[in-house]
Amino acid sequence: MVPLWMYLAVAAALFSLGVFGALSRRNAVAVLMSVELMLNAVNINLVAFWRYSETSTDLLLNGYAFTAFVLIVAAAEAAVGLAIIITVYRNRRSVIPEEAAALKG
Amino acid sequence: MFESPTIAEFVTQSNLASTLPGTLLVAWTLLLVLVDLFAGDEREHWTPLGACLGLGVSFVANLFVYAPAADQQTALYGMFIADAFTGFLNIVILVATLLAVLMSRDYLMRAGIHRGEYYILTLLSSAGAMFMVAANDLIVVFVALELLSIPLYILAAFRSIKNDGGELALKSEESGMKYFILGAFSSAFLVFGAALVYGASGTTNIPQILEVAPAVVDAASSATFYLVVGTALLIVGLGFKVAVVPFHMWTPDVYEGAPTPVTALMSVTAKIGGFAALLRILVTALSVLLLVDGGVAAWQTTISIIAALTLVLGNFVAISQRNLKRMLAYSSIAHAGYIMVALAAAGTAGSADSATQGALVYILAYMFTNLGAFAVVMTIERVDGGGGNIDDITGLARSRPLLAMAMTIFMLSLTGIPLTAGFVGKFMVFAAAVQAGLVGLAVIGVLTSVVSAFYYMRVVVNMYLRDSSGELLPALETVYVRWAINIALAGTLIFGIFYPLASNLVSMVSIA
Repeated sequence: MVPLWMYLAVAAALFSLGVFGALSRRNAVAVLMSVELMLNAVNINLVAFWRYSETSTDLLLNGYAFTAFVLIVAAAEAAVGLAIIITVYRNRRSVIPEEAAALKG
Repeated sequence: MFESPTIAEFVTQSNLASTLPGTLLVAWTLLLVLVDLFAGDEREHWTPLGACLGLGVSFVANLFVYAPAADQQTALYGMFIADAFTGFLNIVILVATLLAVLMSRDYLMRAGIHRGEYYILTLLSSAGAMFMVAANDLIVVFVALELLSIPLYILAAFRSIKNDGGELALKSEESGMKYFILGAFSSAFLVFGAALVYGASGTTNIPQILEVAPAVVDAASSATFYLVVGTALLIVGLGFKVAVVPFHMWTPDVYEGAPTPVTALMSVTAKIGGFAALLRILVTALSVLLLVDGGVAAWQTTISIIAALTLVLGNFVAISQRNLKRMLAYSSIAHAGYIMVALAAAGTAGSADSATQGALVYILAYMFTNLGAFAVVMTIERVDGGGGNIDDITGLARSRPLLAMAMTIFMLSLTGIPLTAGFVGKFMVFAAAVQAGLVGLAVIGVLTSVVSAFYYMRVVVNMYLRDSSGELLPALETVYVRWAINIALAGTLIFGIFYPLASNLVSMVSIA
């Protein structure tokens, strides 16, 4: 069987990629995609931890349930976020937060 | 194999009665959607009225559920906890939402937008905060945090207007976008931390984490590492939500751009939710995360450093702000720092209760005072977003003496002058910090309070001492915001003058 640490390494790498993307990309849609990467890294972590934990039975589905909640919340967040980004685009023809720089100081 | 539970077992385990304050508010809000749909042109009256009634219903339910029982009870198979901590913070959240609804009514009337969903989103966000203060499981912390945040993203982006030249005069959408991006980013940190804590302890239930944590720490295996990293990521994620340095950079922009009632609401309920989760996770679940035997909790140093940085940066940067909403944004960062001092004090064994109580009194005082200050800012702010600078308040004492008096009391309370609620909060927090052995942190807190007097008193000086252009400032606000100011003022003075009142209210609170 594949050892646990391999899954965790993949998840950590994916999470780090997401953080890098969210910090380096200027386009708000790309930032949103990077955040989705981070959330999916969490899902890998949760499922791996659940599968390898001593208490994993058919009855204790904490990890699984948590994953489902993360997926649902990510979908809700993406819906609201894209709606906001589209409104900003309509007003400014740009989805780059730095260019929408009416607020600063 | 899996056996379905009996009805009786289901009823006792789910214990729905003790979740009523939050669930009733959500149910009421969903009904309000229908009311709003059928009210037609009358919705501008009925929806806010319905929102206030819903808050009242939830308030009454809260009294029934929490007043007699100081002993805690859990609900929904241990995922939800109803104790004095939850009951007290529920009341604070409900009062804050009531004030925000009153301010919103004024704002929407003056702006000429009659949208019922505004109130519905406000109530949903508050319900999220109420679930968050009752969360007894990391899954609930995460879901409630999103219920709290997602409506706030929409509300922050609620209104943008163009001036005559076709340029955006109010930056509400931009503020909403920034809040959304930073909020989603920080949620990912929070939930990654929760996943690691789950991996280390094998459970997401907060009391169960407390049970297994000592064994995990003693084992000094990879699970210990997951637990420490997970705790750090949880602090980062919630630190973004409560806006402490170094996770604060979104705050001024978002607070300035969002509609003022929304700014007032998010500066209070989002912080309450975040701090409640931090207290529950760090004090209840991870107080046993000791790296040295018999020492203080491992997270105490980190939280102390964050608190000190927040106090210094928040208070010093606020001095240079000319826009009142930006100044209040930095001031709210600074106030998060004072609550962080209480959180750090809770890391010393034995002073967890007094520190938690100090944090709760501080939150109560901050809620009344901050909402009152934002309500006064609303009275001088024009609907096109202008008129919120510190110079625009010049001469307020001559044209609106009572309003200037109220603003002065709010500023004194934010500084922490005796006879105001702010003093009681600061006193309890610093006393807890000294008791916990964090004398240095308490000294930093007192010194930065002195610094904060500089920018708060500048507002008072502008109102009373500087010459205005001679014209009287017009009364822009409606009766609703005056009620909001009256309630906030009453709260600030009552809890300040009858100072044992607040500490008696929280005396039953214990989460350790």
